[in-house]
Amino acid sequence: MQFALTETQQTLKNTVRKFLAAECPIAEVRKLMETETALDPALWRKIAEQGWNGMILPEEYGGFGMGMVEMAATMEEMGRALLPGPFFSTVLMAGPLLEGSSNSSEKQKYLSAIASGEAKAAVALLEDSASWSPDAVQLKAASSASGYTLDGRKLFVWDAAVADFLICVARLNAEIALFLIPAKAGGLGITDLPAMDSTRKLYQVALDSVSVPRENLLAEGKPARAALEHMLGVATAGLVAEMTGGMQRLLEMTVEYAKTRKQFGRPIGQFQAVQHLCADMLVYTESSRSAAYYAAWAIQERVPEAGLAVSVAKAYSSDAYREVGNRAIQVHGGMGFTWENDAHLFYRRAKASELAFGDATYHRERIARMVIDAGHVQEAQPILSAVHS
Amino acid sequence: MDFNLSTPELKFRDDLRAWLQANVPADWEKHRTEDEMLARFEFLRDWQKKVYNAGWAGIAWPKEYGGRGATLMEQVIFTEEMARAGAPPLANVLGLILIGPTVIAFGTDAQKKRFLPNILNAEEIWCQGFSEPNAGSDLANVRTEARLDGDYYIINGQKVWTSYGWAADWCALLTRSDPASTKHHGLTYILVNMKSPGVEVRPLRQMTGESEFCELFFHDVRVPAENVLGKVGDGWNVAIGTLMHERATLGAGMQITFKRQFDRLVELSHTIQRNGQPAAADPVMRQKLAQSFVDIEIMRLNQMRAITRINQNGVPGPEGSIQKIFWTELNQRFQQVAAELLGPYVQLTKGDGHAIDDGAWAYSFLRARGNTIEAGTSEIQRNIVGHFVLGLPKSY
Repeated sequence: MQFALTETQQTLKNTVRKFLAAECPIAEVRKLMETETALDPALWRKIAEQGWNGMILPEEYGGFGMGMVEMAATMEEMGRALLPGPFFSTVLMAGPLLEGSSNSSEKQKYLSAIASGEAKAAVALLEDSASWSPDAVQLKAASSASGYTLDGRKLFVWDAAVADFLICVARLNAEIALFLIPAKAGGLGITDLPAMDSTRKLYQVALDSVSVPRENLLAEGKPARAALEHMLGVATAGLVAEMTGGMQRLLEMTVEYAKTRKQFGRPIGQFQAVQHLCADMLVYTESSRSAAYYAAWAIQERVPEAGLAVSVAKAYSSDAYREVGNRAIQVHGGMGFTWENDAHLFYRRAKASELAFGDATYHRERIARMVIDAGHVQEAQPILSAVHS
Repeated sequence: MDFNLSTPELKFRDDLRAWLQANVPADWEKHRTEDEMLARFEFLRDWQKKVYNAGWAGIAWPKEYGGRGATLMEQVIFTEEMARAGAPPLANVLGLILIGPTVIAFGTDAQKKRFLPNILNAEEIWCQGFSEPNAGSDLANVRTEARLDGDYYIINGQKVWTSYGWAADWCALLTRSDPASTKHHGLTYILVNMKSPGVEVRPLRQMTGESEFCELFFHDVRVPAENVLGKVGDGWNVAIGTLMHERATLGAGMQITFKRQFDRLVELSHTIQRNGQPAAADPVMRQKLAQSFVDIEIMRLNQMRAITRINQNGVPGPEGSIQKIFWTELNQRFQQVAAELLGPYVQLTKGDGHAIDDGAWAYSFLRARGNTIEAGTSEIQRNIVGHFVLGLPKSY
């Protein structure tokens, strides 16, 4: 039993940290968040040159075929740096959806473009109902002479304005279907939704009789649903790792501040009231880290309880990141409430991340379905026999 | 990352599992619930002898002292399998986990020969005399006096919160041998025969109604100087060595216990009614049960990371405090969820015909309050994390 990163994985993580410290310091984040799309094309290119866009894609698509644990280590560092831009939606959402595509020529073409960094992508799932359940998808797709026509509206789409293509989840003949829509498609209207976290922009995507050719149907029915479930697992696990990185940064900032800020003639970190807030932050952060890497590992190894592991991780970290943020701001005192202090940037990301892919309440209900409704009581699982008992 | 057991670990587990299956006394539940404390303790002493004869007592001890030299992983497996099998605890638990390893680390050959075998076979039961009325969280404030008089130390003072004090034959006592000293200096760790004249044991009744703990009083108790463990004046280091052992593997068994309780609650949730439907269908109870599941699962995962870290670094570190904060507060939240699920029935205690699971839930609700106090309060654990893990300046 070994629940830690290998040396190679740790080296990768260190490399990502070093790269982002140099290329995406918090000043760059602040600069980007004030722009319309939070995209820095030069930074995007540099990240792609590192090969990270194709990290989890199979080699046949120009990827590196690495595992979800490596991806999680990378995401943790990206969350720590508060990296803006469409890396998440491209690599952890569009990529996994395309992987589940039954359409091999489109799959080859677009996955290769993702792996090389040539393409940026977004995934349009949520609608007015704001539900993360695939069952809630209503957006209508209809067969036409030349292919398909889509009509409807998507909300809360990450980084849609900079995407070269979108993957839209729609309903075709009452079944879930996935369509690839080029950004230039006629009838596609993308408008921004000003929101709390301006490092990760949200958009409304309106589809007004958008026509796509037949080959743009990536999957329908069962395979589409499977691809969607796979994507939600990968993205949620990746997000939890990213959230852990954000918590780690808040913890470090806060401890540093508590060591240097003096009141009553001593560092405030000498007061137990402050120490205990910091200790809580560490417990939340380490616990999220345990859950994040276990979820990533479970997805990577495709173990039967992967869905449960992902929901446990997201249920926990959704609350934890916010709680860590609450304490970070509190310990920073008046400074923590200023625009100038970085705490609120992470706090905003914490809230956005909490809401993405289902909040704690959503995932607790999923857990309830798995452990209460299962109809039988599972045997107590020994710590060390998670897989083979 | 690898969550599998190695082949030797699997063999260890399967051997132990098979032995437990064949040997856990079928009437344990009856003894556990019906016996008076002393009768139950005799039952546990017999159980430990049986465990010892089969070679499963003190597995972490080196082979030369009668153990099996078990790895940390095997110790964790042992704790888990005992919990999984619902096996009775070993009577001499403090001797096995705390005092034995300290004797092995600091004792003379004569001391090892004299004390270790009787710890393993439960012939001599041990307690640990550390806390005092004015030395609780501030343990270094120990005042119990050990004054040298020829070949003997004369002990005077009072200890409190002594687990198993009522059953113990011996006590590992932390004393102040240098009256001029303060704090961590001038302390001496000495082994005291509880049958010595001048030792008085008073059971301390706790809020659950039972008496797990005692107060110990020492009036001019004469203890041979050869019973000092480690160096005179070095008692703090000797004592701290044992406290680290206490936290290392304890969590593994607790996690299984919580998961078993959780499974039982899920079972109950299908029969207990709430708002005209089974509680299992009530959206609020579903949320609360799921959160308990999350907590217990996070505890399991944190534990695995902690074990990996100890395996890499060799010793349990201050990170053990994170675990202690987590599981103790988890249990308090969890017991509250259980109480909400059971509703008015939760208040019924042992022996009442209407009580669910014979009042076990009323007991565990009250008992959980002790968790954030015993073995270092949550506040002390947070101080440890603040200073030793995060590097914040010491507050005292």
